[in-house]
Amino acid sequence: MPTKLSAWDRVLHAREAERPKALDYIENIFDGFIELHGDRFYGDDKSIVGGIAYLDGMPVTVIGEQKGKTTKENMERNFGMPNPEGYRKALRLMKQADKFGRPIITFIDTPGAYPGMGAEERGQGEAIARSMMEMSRLKVPIVSVVIGEGSSGGALAICVADRIIMLENAVYSILSPEGFASILYKDSSKNKEAAEHMKLTSYDLKEFGIVDEIVKEPKGGAQENIKKVVKSLKQNIVNDIEELSKLDKNEMIEKRYEKYRKIGIN
Amino acid sequence: MVIDKIKKVNKKDERPTKNEKASDMLVGKWVKCDNCKEILYKEEVHNNLSVCPNCGKHFRISARRRIHQIIDEGTFIETNADMKTKNPLNFEGYEKKIQSLQEKTQINEAVKTGFGEINGEKVVIAIMDGNFMMGSMGSVVGEKITCAIEDAIDNKLPIIIFCVSGGARMQEGIISLMQMAKTSEALAKLNEAGLLYISVLTDPTTGGVTASFASLGDIILAEPNALIGFAGPRVIEQTVKQKLPDGFQRSEFLLEHGFIDKIVERKDMKQTLYDILKLHKKGGK
Repeated sequence: MPTKLSAWDRVLHAREAERPKALDYIENIFDGFIELHGDRFYGDDKSIVGGIAYLDGMPVTVIGEQKGKTTKENMERNFGMPNPEGYRKALRLMKQADKFGRPIITFIDTPGAYPGMGAEERGQGEAIARSMMEMSRLKVPIVSVVIGEGSSGGALAICVADRIIMLENAVYSILSPEGFASILYKDSSKNKEAAEHMKLTSYDLKEFGIVDEIVKEPKGGAQENIKKVVKSLKQNIVNDIEELSKLDKNEMIEKRYEKYRKIGIN
Repeated sequence: MVIDKIKKVNKKDERPTKNEKASDMLVGKWVKCDNCKEILYKEEVHNNLSVCPNCGKHFRISARRRIHQIIDEGTFIETNADMKTKNPLNFEGYEKKIQSLQEKTQINEAVKTGFGEINGEKVVIAIMDGNFMMGSMGSVVGEKITCAIEDAIDNKLPIIIFCVSGGARMQEGIISLMQMAKTSEALAKLNEAGLLYISVLTDPTTGGVTASFASLGDIILAEPNALIGFAGPRVIEQTVKQKLPDGFQRSEFLLEHGFIDKIVERKDMKQTLYDILKLHKKGGK
């Protein structure tokens, strides 16, 4: 049963500065993480981290949208808002994983793709679109975990997966409640009201069939007992990859296709 | 080809309705070009494919008129014309809004899809319509585009998508967002089938449509001076706290930055599409 928190309470949880970020999970779940940098076209986007590591002795590729916990860290990470080179780095590492047969685990935590001038000049839309398109055909298992804010195309870009896990207090939505309120209610201060209507909690997403599993959080959020959250999250990831690895590759890709194909009209 | 999804369109349907004329900025006998400010005789603009005869500004046109301009007369066979919009968030007033727009625009949603011919070459075509909630992509748009891509795969035909969109449709929340993944993965299948996809970007193409099928064409064309981008200009200005330079995110800007293949004027669009289609015919011609 869901704990009694409003959708807006969960938005606040998802945004807490102390909430564990992608690198916290990477450090606690995997061994021997080697971070790899750059998209080979333009630069290295620090709002997306990625690399190779072991998951219980199995080589995997790990990618995560990385926010900071302090203002200084957030400046460095661009508040977790990737530029096109971030998505292109992620895709480069995923194709590398495909080549070497490594399962992929992605961590989602972003207020959205960065809406800056440089991002437009370097094709933000193209970078997101290509990432989704190519992920849908990769021959290795992909597990995505929404750990904080999963906002808009900036989140979805690295969340085309065989299994999607969501932390209980994470949110996943078409855009921020503020943006939603500003567009549909013409008043961004109606963000709380918007959050309640947007169906953005882990329980809503599970009901829609978009999210497969929810990982419970302690009272006060994941930071209150990260070891416990990590333990159950890791178990979910390991189980998912084990199950997916048993499938024929074409069957796995076809099931991934169906997962998104069926969302909407039917 | 699934026959029961298909509705033959009669000739009368291809003519613009009264409301479309209004939406095409042709109110009264005269119209003012919002670019060069010239006062123009509406019939002259209409007869000029809704392009300003003075400055060349390409006005927005309905899907119906676009089909008339691009597809050989009498060859368009519409698919999924009656697909119904759902209200997954139970968003207040959404069903009413859809219904009143359907009555006003005489179209069921923000995209028309079907089979047709361009100078005799068979294609699958999807044409978005900005008159319907600014061409925003909800579940019906996502589903119709995906079905059109699958029709192309099943019938081994090239597909052309004319884009005009303000982005994902907010009223359908996360379900709209997921249409980006759905349409993109369908295009991955089309790629594996070795079939041609031409994407044509028209004013405006933004948000979730830019960040999915619009940007994934084998060949990407654009009409002149169309606004094309991921984030809207207002959002960018608020973020970077400066005014954007003239021409930012316009077709010419995207061409310069390497994101589109060619800018094509409306009067040349059909011939250009035909030339590209012909070049991709197996065995050449």
